[in-house]
Amino acid sequence: MAAPLKVERYTRASRIALPLVAVVIIAAATVPAWGSSNIMKQGVTFLTLVALAQMWNLLAGYGGLVSVGQQAFIGIGAYTLWVFAEKFGINPFLCVPIAGVVAALFAFPTAGLAFRLRGGYFAVGTWVIAEVYRLLVTQISWLGGGSGVSINSAGAIERSTREAVVFWWALAVAVGSIALVYLVLRSRRGVALTAIRDDEIGARSLGVNITRSKLWVYVLAAFGTGATGAVIYLNLLRAQPEAAFSLQWSALMIFAVVIGGLGTIEGPIIGAIVFFALQQLLADYGTWYLILIGLIAALVVVFAQRGLWGAVYRRWPVDLFPVRRRLCLETVCFPEETPSPPTPAAPSSPAAVSPTSAAAPASPAAAPDAPSPPTAEPPEPES
Amino acid sequence: MVWVNDIIQGILLGGLYALFAAGLSLVFGVMRLVNLAHGDFGVMAAYISLVIVGSLNINPFYTLILVMIVMAIFGYLLQRGLLNYAMDAGPLQAILATFGIAIIIQNLLLEGFTANSKGLDAGVIENAFIRISDQVVIGWFPLLTIITSVIVLFGLQLFLGRTRMGRAFRATADNQRAAQLMGIDNRHLYGMAMAVALAIVAIGGVFIGIRTTFSPSAGPFRLIFAYEAVIIGGLGSLWGTLVGGIILGIAQVMGDHIQQGWGMLVGHLVFLAILAFRPQGLFAKQVQ
Repeated sequence: MAAPLKVERYTRASRIALPLVAVVIIAAATVPAWGSSNIMKQGVTFLTLVALAQMWNLLAGYGGLVSVGQQAFIGIGAYTLWVFAEKFGINPFLCVPIAGVVAALFAFPTAGLAFRLRGGYFAVGTWVIAEVYRLLVTQISWLGGGSGVSINSAGAIERSTREAVVFWWALAVAVGSIALVYLVLRSRRGVALTAIRDDEIGARSLGVNITRSKLWVYVLAAFGTGATGAVIYLNLLRAQPEAAFSLQWSALMIFAVVIGGLGTIEGPIIGAIVFFALQQLLADYGTWYLILIGLIAALVVVFAQRGLWGAVYRRWPVDLFPVRRRLCLETVCFPEETPSPPTPAAPSSPAAVSPTSAAAPASPAAAPDAPSPPTAEPPEPES
Repeated sequence: MVWVNDIIQGILLGGLYALFAAGLSLVFGVMRLVNLAHGDFGVMAAYISLVIVGSLNINPFYTLILVMIVMAIFGYLLQRGLLNYAMDAGPLQAILATFGIAIIIQNLLLEGFTANSKGLDAGVIENAFIRISDQVVIGWFPLLTIITSVIVLFGLQLFLGRTRMGRAFRATADNQRAAQLMGIDNRHLYGMAMAVALAIVAIGGVFIGIRTTFSPSAGPFRLIFAYEAVIIGGLGSLWGTLVGGIILGIAQVMGDHIQQGWGMLVGHLVFLAILAFRPQGLFAKQVQ
């Protein structure tokens, strides 16, 4: 007789949250109908930041790959847009997915070299490779050289149409990046990734192919980052190697993810909101916003590793995106949906840090075959 | 003979890279931390020297000791105040914290000193040279740089090999927990390692300020070159770092010779080739 066990992912919160997210998306899609040109430009900046943060979070928060070279794929996305739109005469709006695919193709040789390095050396290695791409573009006169290129075919499209379509594309990459991470985490590969994030050696001993999983994440993140790069440059209309391959892009995505909370879907969204808000508030003070955000990020990563979303989650443990698996036996589920009231020994144990894990202590949610019945043990918040 | 000159200039340039790479290598060796702000620390040292030169109106060489002391104290406090906690939080957190520091330093320098390039004026030595032949010319200052870097590496080797604290550094590098059990205060030790690393990078920063110009955004390049020198030479090998710097220097000088502006690219490509065919570097003590 089969045991009446089943794996559940939906929680009460996520049942409410998902329709709500759909409403927000539909509302956002109407912005071109009433928003000013400025609102749409700012909207594109914000939405593309969400997408970049999601992709970096997929890479670092789930894949454990701290890259400071993702600007390589933004630059590749920007230049793919230019090559296909200007040299091959393809409609610039159709170049967004092409930019993603080209970036993903470049991700293979990049990974082939960078994956030889680990930890911090991997980080600088990806950065060096991004520099190589920048210098190559600067040296190749066919790509416009150091002075950069203009996406004239997009600039020639009537202004209101262009702004609306670019805004929709930005919305599409933001929603698409969230959906991508969500689907990845719900897939079989996602379980492997969560396991790697929590304990790489443990995951390997259970038969997870670490390298292949990481490569897969790297290529997916490159795809998303490249497509987002194309959208950013559809908005800016002018690309220079210095700017398109700039380290500032890495600062942007890293700070957003770190402040919001590494290794969650909600974190990068919240981080992007905070980043964007500070950027707007301090717009008149030069680069002080970046100094302030850098300071916040450095302090958050050290003293509140789970970021803002982690702090919220500890107080109100709700999963807006049903990616955690719970084991259910008839009517009881583990971990419990409504956690026991916080006691001194309850979930708030941020001090418990495992040196090998990327962001979070091993969570029972990652191991659906937890043997013990759902007793008083409180669910541990996943990072 | 033109190529001979290229090689000589490359070797001299390598001495400068080794000055940056030594500190990076030391910090990684002792505490397994890749400091993404290392290059920016060097640039910061150059700016500190610039401020002292500006207020006291002295030769930048005389500021060297003071800049080294300031950077060492800064390094110790930074390590004790923030980076030790970052390392407790995890290796990933530590890298990200140094990345945050890098961006903060770059932008603080930008706010304080504008984006304009600055230089340190060391007087006649900057342009003095020894003429070997019509095509081979050795500048006194680049020569002084590589001699300094050899002295620094030699001093570092003596320090690690002969002193009590150097022994503690090596013990911690080998096995941090066992070293701690033997009574080594690793928090203080990490602070000292960062202090030594920043004192060395201060020399590099001031020397670069004298050799060329620098701007707030110069740090990342310094980090990348130092990092390439470390990887080419092989992790954990002090003298390998010098050789790595020299190989990188020669590649850059020759690249620029082939076509103006190709130097950096050729340097990176040599680095990537070594990464592809000999990922452990040329003189690695252990395979990483």
